Amino acid sequence: MTFNTLDTIMAFDVQKIRADFPILSRIVNGYPLVYFDNAATSQKPKIVIDSIVDYYSNYNANIHRGVHSLSQEATDAYEIARQKIQHHFNAEKSHEIIFTSGTTHGINMVASGFSKLLKVGDEIIVSAMEHHSNIVPWQMLCEKTGAVLKVIPMSEEGTLVISEYEELLSENTKLVFVNHVSNALGTINPIKAIIEKAHKKGAAVLIDGAQATSHLMIDFQELDVDFYVTSAHKMCGPTGVGILYGKEVWLNKLPPYQGGGEMIKTVTFEKTTYADLPHKFEAGTPNISGGIAFGVAIDYLNSVGLINIQEYENMLLKYATKKLLEIEGLKIYGTSSEKTTVISFNIKGIHPYDIGTIVDKLGVAVRTGHHCTQPIMDFYKISGTVRASFAFYNTKIEIDIFIEAVKKAKMMLS
Amino acid sequence: MTIETIQEEIIGEFSMFDDWMQKYEYMIDLGKTLPLISEENKTEDRLITGCQSKVWLDAQLSDGKIEYTADSDAIITKGIIAILLRVFSNQTPKAILASNTNFIDEIGLKEHLSPTRANGLVSMIKQLKIYALAFQVKQNNQ
Repeated sequence: MTFNTLDTIMAFDVQKIRADFPILSRIVNGYPLVYFDNAATSQKPKIVIDSIVDYYSNYNANIHRGVHSLSQEATDAYEIARQKIQHHFNAEKSHEIIFTSGTTHGINMVASGFSKLLKVGDEIIVSAMEHHSNIVPWQMLCEKTGAVLKVIPMSEEGTLVISEYEELLSENTKLVFVNHVSNALGTINPIKAIIEKAHKKGAAVLIDGAQATSHLMIDFQELDVDFYVTSAHKMCGPTGVGILYGKEVWLNKLPPYQGGGEMIKTVTFEKTTYADLPHKFEAGTPNISGGIAFGVAIDYLNSVGLINIQEYENMLLKYATKKLLEIEGLKIYGTSSEKTTVISFNIKGIHPYDIGTIVDKLGVAVRTGHHCTQPIMDFYKISGTVRASFAFYNTKIEIDIFIEAVKKAKMMLS
Repeated sequence: MTIETIQEEIIGEFSMFDDWMQKYEYMIDLGKTLPLISEENKTEDRLITGCQSKVWLDAQLSDGKIEYTADSDAIITKGIIAILLRVFSNQTPKAILASNTNFIDEIGLKEHLSPTRANGLVSMIKQLKIYALAFQVKQNNQ
């Protein structure tokens, strides 16, 4: 165990935590569920689920417009959630937190905004380990503006080659886009250094934090990041809601993303004046219950403590890595020393899909396939991997069950 | 044998297994008996793309019956293809077009044929029938 003090052990009672998540007591295919697909989405504690029921049962109303009491209550709850998110990530101002439908939405908002700011010959740098759906907005942006897309290469252990990144940076670089943590490999990228180097050339940086925010304490001001996006559903919150953080100065520079109610100040047929932040980017009725529940999820994570979560998860990661490597013919992809709880692996001569199918029969949920990171799979010359990803509500016993399931799959399939 | 008789036979075989493991082990063994598509025929146009496992399928008409050959890079998928080909190979296009795959449900492998399952099998069955349809049209035109 890697715990520093007895206090931490006392504070972290995994059985007590598990009791907060109703789904963890499910039986799947006749076995108790072992949920190791947390990188795809996290499970939700009852307090988050209840907050959604509470909203619709007791104060459902449209926000920011109504003069009536319910509308005021809903608006207050939604804005309090925004402030919770602001404080959690240490953003300077609450209006720098824009509610989105999730990470992809946030990325597209920034890409769309930059289409007005870029010109022919400008450059955008992305990393070789992006989710491939997240590469598309930049390709579209380059097609539209004549900007050029450059790619930071990856090393064998699944880390970005920072010396190559430095080579790519120039006065023409306008935007750098990197994920904080790789969804396929779990690598934690050195984003503070990446941001610093970009700023020296005057480029803005957008970080995709979808895989990071459930594991790490993140301080937007300390990172000095220009834009940061993430999704609530990876952080014990509901699906369909996330945030785009942008420094005020940047959000003011970008044009609105969508037209609609809420984002306007005055409208005539001649001209529309846009509303102030954050409403300029929040056209239409938002996911109100989702935003409120996101705030509750953040409170929940903080009640467990992200420092405790990180320590406990590191212990799970080390234990599972060691156990998996004892299986003959098993190879782990992504072996950086800086990792979150993602283990991507293959067993020699066995298709990942077959392993996923057999372990599912034993109640273990893992992801198989290319994880939407075709460039990473091409790099390793494989068609896919089995990916097990842990959360703070998982246990060592579950890892033992998972290891036995993988061994059984190997026995059946070889 | 008719398609229905073969399906009944398979249902009978699978009913002898007590648990899913025996069933899957049997399926994996069946995968090894699959009439394999020749390596040179593993071309893009014979590839059925599911999300995760690759499936190749080819068909020839001889004496009015269709002979299918196939392969997959995933062994469980290969086992299910072997079951499907046992049912559909050496049958007339007409019989293939009139048949269904409900027996998959009865032998407890329904989840593999769910349209949302990313294994290419649903597209595979579609492709089996497209071949049958094409051969039938060809026969009718002769």
